[in-house]
Amino acid sequence: MARNFLVMLGLLAGCYGFNFVLAEFIEVVYVDYINLCGLAIILAVGLNVINGLAGQFSLGHAGFMSVGAFAGAYASIMLTYGVIESGPLSFASMGSFLLCLALSGLSAAAVGALVGAPTLRLKGDYLAIATLGFAEITRIVLTAQDAIGGPTGLKRIPKMPLLPGAEKWDGGTSTFWIYAFVCLVILLSLNLQRSTFGRALICVRENELAAETMGVRAARMKVMAFVYGAFFAGIAGCLYAHYQHSVRPDDFTTVRSIEVVVMLVLGGLGSLTGAVVGAVIVTLMPQFLRPLEEFLNLSGLSMVVYAALLLLMMLFRPQGIFGQRELSLKLLRRLVPGAGRESGP
Amino acid sequence: MDFTQLLQNMTNGVAKGSCYALVAVGYTMVYGVLQLINFAHSDVYMLGAYFAYWPAKWMGYLPDEKGGRAQDVPLALVGLFVVGSMVACAAVGALIERAAYRPLRNSGRLAPLITAIGVSLLLEYGGQMVFGTEPRLFPTFVEAQSYDVGGVKFANTSIIIVVTAAVLMGALTLFVNHTRQGRALRAVSHSFNNARLMGINVNATITMTFMLGSSLAAVGGILVAMDQPTITPLMGLRMGLKAFVAAVLGGIGSIPGAALGGLLLGVSESVVAYWSTTYSEAVAFLILIGVLLVRPAGILGSAAREKV
Repeated sequence: MARNFLVMLGLLAGCYGFNFVLAEFIEVVYVDYINLCGLAIILAVGLNVINGLAGQFSLGHAGFMSVGAFAGAYASIMLTYGVIESGPLSFASMGSFLLCLALSGLSAAAVGALVGAPTLRLKGDYLAIATLGFAEITRIVLTAQDAIGGPTGLKRIPKMPLLPGAEKWDGGTSTFWIYAFVCLVILLSLNLQRSTFGRALICVRENELAAETMGVRAARMKVMAFVYGAFFAGIAGCLYAHYQHSVRPDDFTTVRSIEVVVMLVLGGLGSLTGAVVGAVIVTLMPQFLRPLEEFLNLSGLSMVVYAALLLLMMLFRPQGIFGQRELSLKLLRRLVPGAGRESGP
Repeated sequence: MDFTQLLQNMTNGVAKGSCYALVAVGYTMVYGVLQLINFAHSDVYMLGAYFAYWPAKWMGYLPDEKGGRAQDVPLALVGLFVVGSMVACAAVGALIERAAYRPLRNSGRLAPLITAIGVSLLLEYGGQMVFGTEPRLFPTFVEAQSYDVGGVKFANTSIIIVVTAAVLMGALTLFVNHTRQGRALRAVSHSFNNARLMGINVNATITMTFMLGSSLAAVGGILVAMDQPTITPLMGLRMGLKAFVAAVLGGIGSIPGAALGGLLLGVSESVVAYWSTTYSEAVAFLILIGVLLVRPAGILGSAAREKV
């Protein structure tokens, strides 16, 4: 426990340094890509616990994200300005930002429990469609709320708080905050995979009936997986809202949920490394294809290439890039002392 | 409460529901046979509308840039366009099955599902690339008229939609229940191996399933396009979700179930739209979750027990 705490502190320092390097030496466009990758990683690693470890095919991750985004953004606006109106942006204070993050994570987790509990009876495709339905209902309900801007959503969401020494950095310290949570979710998930809880989840995935027979409380495990994934989706939503400074219900459509699932499947469902790699690929590919699209003047080209790659991947390597393996396990272990002690494959 | 308006909404709902039903049939047949949510089905529906749009455009049945009035398409040509679009969509459906789903037939449930999402994205954004992103005005296949019965208006397009859907669904039911091919389809959806032992060509039957579903989706696309009357490459997105909900609601795998589910969904959406158009979009999903929790097999479906 103490050891993990120290590791996390080291990682936080690393994030600070990373943010410094990006702010000083890298062009803003690329910093933006890196930040978007970070957000995608948080989403994908969180969903990997539901879809990969617990084997519950959830197709509604954007729903959890939207709950976190709106809860966090609304609280942040209220704490910083006190009213909703447009005007110049200011920074959120450290305390209020942390409070908003906690709030968004917890509200999304609560919704996760709410969704997880009744859908326990469903399996496979039915579960996928039910979670998709929940995400759509969430989006429609959010659209209908005038208090949070209706279809146009919230604007003038404060910037993420600055850190000491970062006053002059271009683009503030968004990278620090995003990657702090990237590190947290990866570290937690890495430990989770090896904990009794993680093993129990895998057990439920492989055979629910057998898991029950072995004394694993499958229903409880599944809800826990949903709570865990939803919590980090909420955090990612809150970070996203603060990063973009505005958020609309239509940012969280089914397409978004599908995108996160595609990240997992591309990387290899059930593999943490795969989730990270998949998130980076899916985020960056359209960005790098866009110049080509503009050059050829063919709108939709980047998505077509993306879809074609997905198809080829499924036809020739349906298990994803990493399968269920963690290829960089040894590397990770060298980087993260104490992350795992049993003998690796 | 304005009962005439409510009644008006309900009649509109029947027309909308008939379109849902036509598309839902494709989902339900494929799911019945392959246990696969064919996400690409709603994009075949989109293609159906475009396949009828292009020949009409080439023959000059669209308003020109100067804003000249659109010419009405002669009835014989309408029939030709519809049949042409059905054939083209059947070919697309068969092609999708052959290229994307058949190679993965034995590799679990997840891989084909993701492939289906991939095909869907490919058709949607490929459609944007080829057809352009802007909405296009659909040619006038029938002169719009409406009949007033006690304050409730019946548009002739709505009547055409309901009648066409009813005729096609009836024909499909007859086909499935009373022909050799229909019997083969039912056998295959029961068990691949048993069907094969009875001398049924399983692959051909599955291809036929896709072709049937796709041609009905094409008709659905044309009917909706006539009613709207604009089409876009992403028009399948919403229709797909709704039609799938309709299929689940009625009981997935059951053709009468798809019809019933489509109608129920269309009517309940339109009734809720009387109070709030925003929330009418959520009705489909509320019904879906309710049905899944209470009776996962749907209204007319039969539940399968898990064997240990």
